[in-house]
Amino acid sequence: MACHWWARAASWTSRLFCGTALIAALLIGGAGLGGLLRGSELSWSLPSGVPYLNCAVRLDPLSSFFLLALAILAASVAVYSIGYLRSGVEGKSPAIFCSLLNLVLAGLALVFTAADVVFFLVAWEVMVAATYFLVVTNHEAEESRKGGLLYILMSRAGTGMLFIGFLLLASAAGTTDFRAMHASGDKLPAAAGGLAFLLLFLGFGVKAGIIPLHIWLPAAHPVAPSNISALMSGIMIKTGIYGMARVFFDFYGVLPAWAGMLVLLVGVVSAVLGVLYALMEHDLKRLLAYHSIENIGIILMGFGAALLFRSYGHPQLAALALIAGLFHTLNHGVFKSLLFLGAGSVLHSTHTRNMEKMGGLIRRMPATALYFLIGAIAISGLPPLNGFVSEWLTYQALLAGFGATTELTRVAFPVAGALLALTAALAAACFVKAFGITFLALPRSEAAEAAREVSLSMRTGMAVLALACAVLGLGASWILPAFDPMTQQAFGVSVSGNLVGGNGFILMAGSPQGGAVSTPVLAFMLVALSGIPLSLWLLWGRRQKRVTGPTWDCGLPGLTADNEYTATAFSKPLRMIFGSLFRPRREIQAEFEVSPYYPKAIHFESEIQPAFEKHFYDPIREGILRMARSMRLVQAGSLHAYLAYIFLTLILLLLFGVRG
Amino acid sequence: MIAQLISVIGQTALILLFSPLITGFSRTLKARLQTRRGPDLWQPYRDLHKLLRKGMVIPDTASWIFPATPYVLFATTLLAGLLIPTIAAQAPLSLFGGVLAVVYLLALGRFFLALGGLDTGSSFGGLGSSREMTISAIAEPALMLAVFTVALGAGSTNLSTVAESAVGQSWRFLAPSQMLAFAALFIVLIAETGRIPVDNPATHLELTMIHEAMILEYSGPYLALIEWSASMKQMVLMTLLVNVFFPYGLSADGSPAGMLISVLLFVFKLLILAFAVVLVETGNAKLRLFRVPELLAVAFVLSALALISTFLFGGHGG
Repeated sequence: MACHWWARAASWTSRLFCGTALIAALLIGGAGLGGLLRGSELSWSLPSGVPYLNCAVRLDPLSSFFLLALAILAASVAVYSIGYLRSGVEGKSPAIFCSLLNLVLAGLALVFTAADVVFFLVAWEVMVAATYFLVVTNHEAEESRKGGLLYILMSRAGTGMLFIGFLLLASAAGTTDFRAMHASGDKLPAAAGGLAFLLLFLGFGVKAGIIPLHIWLPAAHPVAPSNISALMSGIMIKTGIYGMARVFFDFYGVLPAWAGMLVLLVGVVSAVLGVLYALMEHDLKRLLAYHSIENIGIILMGFGAALLFRSYGHPQLAALALIAGLFHTLNHGVFKSLLFLGAGSVLHSTHTRNMEKMGGLIRRMPATALYFLIGAIAISGLPPLNGFVSEWLTYQALLAGFGATTELTRVAFPVAGALLALTAALAAACFVKAFGITFLALPRSEAAEAAREVSLSMRTGMAVLALACAVLGLGASWILPAFDPMTQQAFGVSVSGNLVGGNGFILMAGSPQGGAVSTPVLAFMLVALSGIPLSLWLLWGRRQKRVTGPTWDCGLPGLTADNEYTATAFSKPLRMIFGSLFRPRREIQAEFEVSPYYPKAIHFESEIQPAFEKHFYDPIREGILRMARSMRLVQAGSLHAYLAYIFLTLILLLLFGVRG
Repeated sequence: MIAQLISVIGQTALILLFSPLITGFSRTLKARLQTRRGPDLWQPYRDLHKLLRKGMVIPDTASWIFPATPYVLFATTLLAGLLIPTIAAQAPLSLFGGVLAVVYLLALGRFFLALGGLDTGSSFGGLGSSREMTISAIAEPALMLAVFTVALGAGSTNLSTVAESAVGQSWRFLAPSQMLAFAALFIVLIAETGRIPVDNPATHLELTMIHEAMILEYSGPYLALIEWSASMKQMVLMTLLVNVFFPYGLSADGSPAGMLISVLLFVFKLLILAFAVVLVETGNAKLRLFRVPELLAVAFVLSALALISTFLFGGHGG
């Protein structure tokens, strides 16, 4: 009886909290939309009584844009969570879980709107800490604890760098108010300005998950409950992007060319390596986490190009590149949240993240499969959905760079474009794998066999995001003018007039000679041209027999799940081609009964070497441990020694006090 | 508006009706070079006609992805064809998408084809999908870089602008960047259309097939649509090559005589290119799968050189 009461209370608690989150999200969205449309800034501050802590918030175009993105994702995640939390959160109290969820949303909203360095960092830490508790929801599993620890450690390091970077900028501005810090980076001497840029780039880069600071991301995102993973990948890593946009385009009026080149390079490396590591995963959520790294890379390609254009004095092109980066930020948030919610639904029904145990889910979970497919097409950058539009804009920005600069650096732009093409093609390969192995053909385990479609609210949450993918893709040319206030703020130019033509139907590269594309026309033509085979079928095929038969399998009777291609097999060619990167290791053990031709059992093990963990982080960890060991000399556990230290410190302080 | 509609319909008909002939021409020519008689030019049309009228067997493991794939593949390939200039420099739909749209539409078709391969549950389908996605992924940077080189020379990714920029510069293709980019795209053409030395369209040997493995379970009208799309894709990519590098006879005027000359020149250029592909096919053995990346790396290096020579010598020779 008590148990029953508890379950009902839990269900109502989660509904209440998710409803609150939904309303909050809608309000945030209203604020964001209002901020974008109004054009002028809104600000508000509250004296806190604590020195240096000035609780100032401000809605300028950049903040409004990120708030709006947050609202879209938070609203759909809130709707999804109602169903997701109905059966409790892995046996934990839904009240605590949901309060933390709402705290994270509050932290995110404040990060995007804070207008004071100290207040920003406070909001930042609230977000980081609340997320940590959500990541370790399932703290009985060692994987969760490890992922959470790595997350919090890396975040601490990132915040440390942010602290120093912000202090340098604030000292140049003489205040911690964001408005007064506009272009304050330019007042610093070149070396200090460069250092502050590097620290802030790396500090925000930890959060965004740039390579090589990404290692926490594939460890922490998969172990969190899936609605949290969707928020983390969808919007939380975008706080890093927001911070970069704020610093690069607001706090610095101009940055040297090397800064833009560095951002472009980090973008390219993150994109290519992110997708290559994603291909090797057969844990569905880890795969998605690596794709977040890839997409952050694509966003940074846009940002890097924008920085370069600004330093070469082309504000129009810089605006195009910035729009490409920001639009991809929004698009990635939408389709990545969709995919994580889809993965969450699969996990909810099959209780496994291992793709090798899935299969055949398209028949058992048709709606989830459809939404996941839409997300997969969008993230692969295929027309006519939103991923295509922002990648197309990124290509156009990169190509424009060839003519805009004079040195050999301009070759870097088309090469970056070619590597973006590689990234997109590998992403398509990866999502053929992710969708094909998870949803198609025969189930590979009993859990997959018994999978059921998820509840209505979970499907609604996904449907909203799937719809957003289509709207942002097909309606891109009507949405782009909303970016004008941001480019106006950053570079003082509005370019949407050059980007949109043909009564709003056509997206252009900013010049009449540049390329053009129209997703609505392409989509319409695809439907229209499908009419040709359809009419052929009506003409001839309709009367013909249509037989359902077994799949051909070399004449053996009955296709079983053992015959199917696995995720590991699917990525095998790429594992071999990029062998020098992955350094794959495999082990095969076969047990024989009579002759080696009739193995009784085969044990196969294959893994790739995590290069960054091994060559970059292991030495650092070793170094820290060695330092800690040498500290043992002074901290030996003897109480008398400690008392002596206190005494000595006291005397030293007194001496200083007398002198001062 | 009416003129545009006519040009859309005309180009749709041209691609639909002419593409099987290129396939037939290649097969016949290949047979002759191997001193076989081979099928005649019109065999692909007979095959399509026969397949379209047959019944079909659908695997019992397949979902709706399996029947949707032929339609998606057919529509995306045909639409890509409408974005490319064939007989006139102005492609019917060039306003609505340039070379990036062409590449990505073909990628959308490939995405579904690979899913169709996995949908049946047969290991051959998975094998084909895996190899197809791998090879197309590593062909992509070479393709894009070569395309960018040409686009940068013309200042646009719009193919009609690219073709128009070459009109009046008859010897432009002799510029080093153009020749290198052409060589790179030629390798990509062979890889993307699944010809020897990358894939063998005539094989059904389990361990070597790529494209054929994915479509093993398709039969009847669906198979016809897929085969037809393969012919169209080949024609689209070949047209891209000939008209971007040798845009002769892209008639600016709409006079009947001018149109006729354009059509004849277009057919002539395509057949020459098909002949070149067949020569490569006949003179080479199929590469092992893991040697294909090396070939495509050559293509990437060629297109990188093309880009650098654009930087050094400028995009316009002659």
